[in-house]
Amino acid sequence: MSARIAHIASNTFREAVRDRVLYNLIVFALLMSGAAILVGQISIDIERLVVINLGLTAVSLFGLVIAIFIGIGLVSKEIEKRTLYTVLSRPVRRWEFIVGKFFGLAGTLAVNTFFMAIGVFVSLLYVSHHFQKQDGWVLVALYFIVLQFLIITALTLFFSSFSSPLLSAVFAFSLFVIGSFAEDLRGFAAMSQGVTRWLATGAAYLVPNFSALNVISSVAHANPVPGQLILYNSAYALVYAAMALCGAVLVFERRNLK
Amino acid sequence: MAAIEILALEKTYSVGFWRKKPRQALRPLNLTVQEGEIFGFLGPNGAGKTTTLKLLMGLIFPTSGSARILGMEIDDPRMKAQIGFLPEQPYFYDYLTARELLVYFGQLSGVDPKQRSRKVNEVLQRVGLPDAGGVQLRKFSKGMLQRVGIAQAILHDPKVVFFDEPMSGLDPMGRREVRDLMERLKHEGKTVFFSTHILSDAEALCDRVAIINKGELQGVGAVADLTSSVHGKVELVWQGPAVPSSLRALGADCHVTGETVRAIISESDQDAAIEALRRERLRLISVTPVRTSLEDYYLQILQPAAATSGARA
Repeated sequence: MSARIAHIASNTFREAVRDRVLYNLIVFALLMSGAAILVGQISIDIERLVVINLGLTAVSLFGLVIAIFIGIGLVSKEIEKRTLYTVLSRPVRRWEFIVGKFFGLAGTLAVNTFFMAIGVFVSLLYVSHHFQKQDGWVLVALYFIVLQFLIITALTLFFSSFSSPLLSAVFAFSLFVIGSFAEDLRGFAAMSQGVTRWLATGAAYLVPNFSALNVISSVAHANPVPGQLILYNSAYALVYAAMALCGAVLVFERRNLK
Repeated sequence: MAAIEILALEKTYSVGFWRKKPRQALRPLNLTVQEGEIFGFLGPNGAGKTTTLKLLMGLIFPTSGSARILGMEIDDPRMKAQIGFLPEQPYFYDYLTARELLVYFGQLSGVDPKQRSRKVNEVLQRVGLPDAGGVQLRKFSKGMLQRVGIAQAILHDPKVVFFDEPMSGLDPMGRREVRDLMERLKHEGKTVFFSTHILSDAEALCDRVAIINKGELQGVGAVADLTSSVHGKVELVWQGPAVPSSLRALGADCHVTGETVRAIISESDQDAAIEALRRERLRLISVTPVRTSLEDYYLQILQPAAATSGARA
């Protein structure tokens, strides 16, 4: 990785921190504290399940909102405010700028997820009073959530490289929703016939398969995650994010900065 | 050696939503700027100055033509390490302090980490912001941002510096300081290419200027050449209460201000006029050839275009 990419990523991370993006952690901490106390009082034998479900879903949604709402401005804000002019007039290639921005936001999300994960485990300890061996699978679920963030960040960057921030947000959020039902879409494609089958199959494999990356319910029930799925999901997310990032670079390389 | 070579550089935009129409922002432009020159790029608002600079910086892509800076293509990163650029009305990451911004730009320009801090301090001093390094840019005035913009453009000791409207937003003192800075850059052997529509700045600073209007180059040359049309007239200034009749007989165009008289006469009558003043025992203060100012030349170049567009309207 070139030093310039690291500098751009570091500056993107610093921007997110100074724009008080990490303040969402306070809301998350309040949510988890409230939920742990409440669950401890009203749930019988399912405290662990509720806390893991609620905690990991909150981690996923908070991260999704940050990824989309910061991601849509990563390129467009720099063009609109013309801060990009003094960056690209230096020996910085356009692809380095896009990749740097990607790593900056991905780093922000990873740090955010790390602190949220601490919140989830503290809540879990509060309601269960001790950790169990199967709680380790929560870490795998968190890893899959970070993989989802990589895909959604790359997709948001791709959309924002050619469309307005609002449209980029709509596209990215729509893809997240559709991708969360990717397995259902594949099932529908398998049952369809003719042109519908072709279209549904194409769409099912084109949208990111977020449902395969969502093991929240499974780990909440203390089910193990197969090693093969971890490998497959890792490769899938990296390839998908890399392709979306390549798309963003291809568009941005040809863009006139007005 | 040419610092900047622009060869038939052209930019056409497609405008309109449905039926797109071409709009030529820059007609094929040919221009050469020599190393060590201060070169002024003049023209009214919307003339194509910023479009040209954006093309040279690789921010937009030409429809046709090419350009080379320091003998390298404009998309060559090695070239970009040797140039500095101040955009028009610059805006920077306002969550950073001036020092943090300059350090960041130093990193991107490949400034040696061991020298980075020293260079940042030097450049802040040079643009008159020695005590503002720790202040967040969101607290800066427009003039201070302009100074930071100049600082980031010269931070990495570039060989060629491009300034887009560098005097914009500066008070008279600030303008003077920027003029001095540009002259110092020239003395250091750097090439300065700047766009402006403030003609007095161009006249005071530039070795050569180009005038552009409606995307088309209207004229280019040394300031001394463009302003040397003497019209065969001289201006005499002397102290005295009145204009001698012998001078009036020469057809002098006289203006009396208190005890000072200014007279414009034909160059061929200059000796006779001086002799007449001596005879009358009047104190001669100066004799100056009447030169066309850059403003006269600029208006002369642009007025036919304005007249044509007026006729079309």
